[in-house]
Amino acid sequence: MSEERGSSAQTEEDEDLFVSAMESPEAARLSAEDLSPSSNGPRDDDPDDLFAEATEEVSLDSPERQPILSDGPSPAITPVSISPRVDVFDRSPDLDEEEEENRDTFDIQISVSDPEKVGDGMNAFMIYKVTTKTSLSIFSRDEVCVKRRFSDFLGLHSKLASKYMHMGFIVPPAPEKSIVGMTKVKVGKEDLSSVEFVEKRRSALERYLLRTVKHPALLKDPDVLQFLESSELPRAVSTQALSGAGILRMVNKAADAVNKMTIKMNESDAWFEEKQQQFENLDVQLRKLHVSVESLVCHRKELSVNTALFAKSAAMLGNSEDHTALSRALSQLAEVEEKIEQLHQEQANADFYLISELLGDYVRLITAVRGVFDQRMKAWGKWQDAQLMLQRKREAEAKLQYASKPEKLQQARDEIREWEGKVQQGERDFEQISRNIRREVGQFEKERVKDFRVVIMKYLESLVHSQQQLIKYWEAFLPEAKAIA
Amino acid sequence: MMQEGLDDGPDFLSEEDRGPRAVNVDLQTDATLQVDISDALSERDKVKFTVHTKSTLPNFKQNEFSVVRQHEEFIWLHDSFVENEEYAGYIIPPAPPRPDFDASREKLQKLGEGEGSMTKEEFTKMKQELEAEYLAIFKKTVAMHEVFLCRVAAHPVLRKDLNFHVFLEYNQDLSVRGKNKKEKLEDFFKNVVKSADGVLVAGVKDVDDFFEHEKTFLLEYHNRVKDASAKSDRKIRSHKNAADDINRIASTLYTLGTQDSTDLCKFFLKVSELFEKTRKIEARVAADEDLKLADLLKYYLRESQAAKDLLYRRGRALVDYENANKGLDKARAKNKDVLQAETTQQVCCQKFEKISESAKQELIDFKTRRVAAFRKNLVELAELELKHAKGNLQLLQSCLGVLKGDT
Repeated sequence: MSEERGSSAQTEEDEDLFVSAMESPEAARLSAEDLSPSSNGPRDDDPDDLFAEATEEVSLDSPERQPILSDGPSPAITPVSISPRVDVFDRSPDLDEEEEENRDTFDIQISVSDPEKVGDGMNAFMIYKVTTKTSLSIFSRDEVCVKRRFSDFLGLHSKLASKYMHMGFIVPPAPEKSIVGMTKVKVGKEDLSSVEFVEKRRSALERYLLRTVKHPALLKDPDVLQFLESSELPRAVSTQALSGAGILRMVNKAADAVNKMTIKMNESDAWFEEKQQQFENLDVQLRKLHVSVESLVCHRKELSVNTALFAKSAAMLGNSEDHTALSRALSQLAEVEEKIEQLHQEQANADFYLISELLGDYVRLITAVRGVFDQRMKAWGKWQDAQLMLQRKREAEAKLQYASKPEKLQQARDEIREWEGKVQQGERDFEQISRNIRREVGQFEKERVKDFRVVIMKYLESLVHSQQQLIKYWEAFLPEAKAIA
Repeated sequence: MMQEGLDDGPDFLSEEDRGPRAVNVDLQTDATLQVDISDALSERDKVKFTVHTKSTLPNFKQNEFSVVRQHEEFIWLHDSFVENEEYAGYIIPPAPPRPDFDASREKLQKLGEGEGSMTKEEFTKMKQELEAEYLAIFKKTVAMHEVFLCRVAAHPVLRKDLNFHVFLEYNQDLSVRGKNKKEKLEDFFKNVVKSADGVLVAGVKDVDDFFEHEKTFLLEYHNRVKDASAKSDRKIRSHKNAADDINRIASTLYTLGTQDSTDLCKFFLKVSELFEKTRKIEARVAADEDLKLADLLKYYLRESQAAKDLLYRRGRALVDYENANKGLDKARAKNKDVLQAETTQQVCCQKFEKISESAKQELIDFKTRRVAAFRKNLVELAELELKHAKGNLQLLQSCLGVLKGDT
């Protein structure tokens, strides 16, 4: 309990620092537990940890999916220089415009590239180059390049989630682990599917980073900055499933699920109820859409393959046709079909990389959003528990009034004061997280609208291009067909 | 399962010309004998075709009349041609394939069973889809039966066939039962013998360059058409599957549009509408490819087989002729049964020469028909592909215009 009190007090200070433009930054109180970034969790691989390389396949369907919370010591609070112009947590409505503007003139580009395989066999892993180009002052250089592996990304997410989720911030989820995909790559199969897998992952990692830095609080987070800038990063071992940390995670997951069932929240705010319902509906529909789009990708790839086969067959038929003009026309048909096969392949890629991946990302994001609502419920629960406890302490004090044990009475009174403080804190926390969520959801929805709009327009443009090409090909073929005499 | 009375005239045949749907054949219709299928009825497990004839030939009782025929009766007619020695020197028009609605019926049944698991709109949409598919198969089978009759009617010799006239005019059931098991088994053995024999006969080198070339050509052509036909079927099936996916995507987008609390709702609804329309066009593309390309290849698969059969019969006659020659030589050498041998030899010779003569013309006609049919269909295919692509493009561009304008 005391640990939690400590951390919540610190968070409160954090929030006071950032929350209101009116209050003066209480920098003095930040007696920072200045944790050096390199001491996060166990340093090196525990040589006795036989399952060091085990990965956990996380399914998209687990509704109770909790983020992998980092289990190091309490959240790192390092003094961060805040550039005065960006006042992120301002609640006053007129400054929302500025915040919006700041997000739009968002001057940072991140790319993930050059996947490289390191090592051999089952111990192999991929290294990705992360390049950040920016003019923002919180970065030490205009352009930075670092090398990161997949577990580094997971580690980053883990830290961010443990710091911010319980405050109601929507932390973008990291890309999923995949045993099957990675095993193929490890085993060294240089075939098309492992190339595609690596490309899919690279693209997902890039989108993950971009989403993360889009969030103003996360952008300034020291862990994020360290991830993007520092050349050495300690291995994030606690992300592995069967480590001690992993087991603890699973236990917590179960406990949370039970709690969720037992907390019956009296929702006084219709907005939250409405939003939760909306996100639930959105979740269902996006998953359905995702399934259909994946099916489309599959069928289009099939169509491409079958078109290629037909093209070859038509060419053969043209060869054996003994009427010259018809023979030529059939060969031309074969050529057209070959070009069309290429079109189908490109279209399938567009289907996938534009739409399917977007949907996959949003299904995971919505899960994170719903997680944040759950955090609010937890906060409410804590507040209620504090109130109950206070009640009990008051009752105990009342009883002690007639027991003539002055020390115990004093203690009881002290405890009452303590719990009164906790109740107040609980209420403040609850209101804070509620405010945060409102703001976060508002921002999330804005981003969602933009994302979908942009991607779907791009997709429609790819369809336009396809049709234009088709017209070109058939227009070239028509005179050939007419020339058969 | 489906009792479809499609004989309320205009609905069924409105989209196509009421003339002979000689899609894959370029035939001159001749006033002395015109045949078409004016109507058709699909019942539980059979299709009833109304065969309509217009003729100025004297051997018919009337100038215009109709009868109802089923698939088995077409097969009977075809088989009677094949078995007739007189027609050995002609390419017998290939029999139409059996009407096959099994797959379509199965899908409709599955849909009925799954009715509870989907929304009313989805169900109605899918039902319409499947009914359209059923109708398309139906129209195809009618077209194929009609083409067969038209080919017979256009052939200078076959059109005079007595069985054909009976088929056209006799307004009672022909009582042609399908072959029973024993007969089917007999057929099977006959085919085995024939193909073994065919190999032997094919091995005999022909003196005549024309026929030698045709033999080589037809063998290779037939195999390649078979392959192309199979591959085009697979391609079209993938295309249909993709169109179905787009259908589902459109539905889900619609639901999203009605539920969304942000500006996206209008966006989703517009895109959903767009995909509904483009999906219909994609389905039409697949259907047109099926009609103009896949059906063409299937037809010429059957025709090239019929041409091969003709060559086989000629080859057979050639072998008989050569054997008769050898027999005659032997008889003369022994000076025994010479007259008999001479007669046999003459008969074989005449048979062979008769077949050769008509076969040559038939094969030339086959080429002409083939080239014309391919030309017609490839041109129409290209024109339809262009039409649909332009339609798609226009829909996409106008939707993009609206969506961009909204931002």
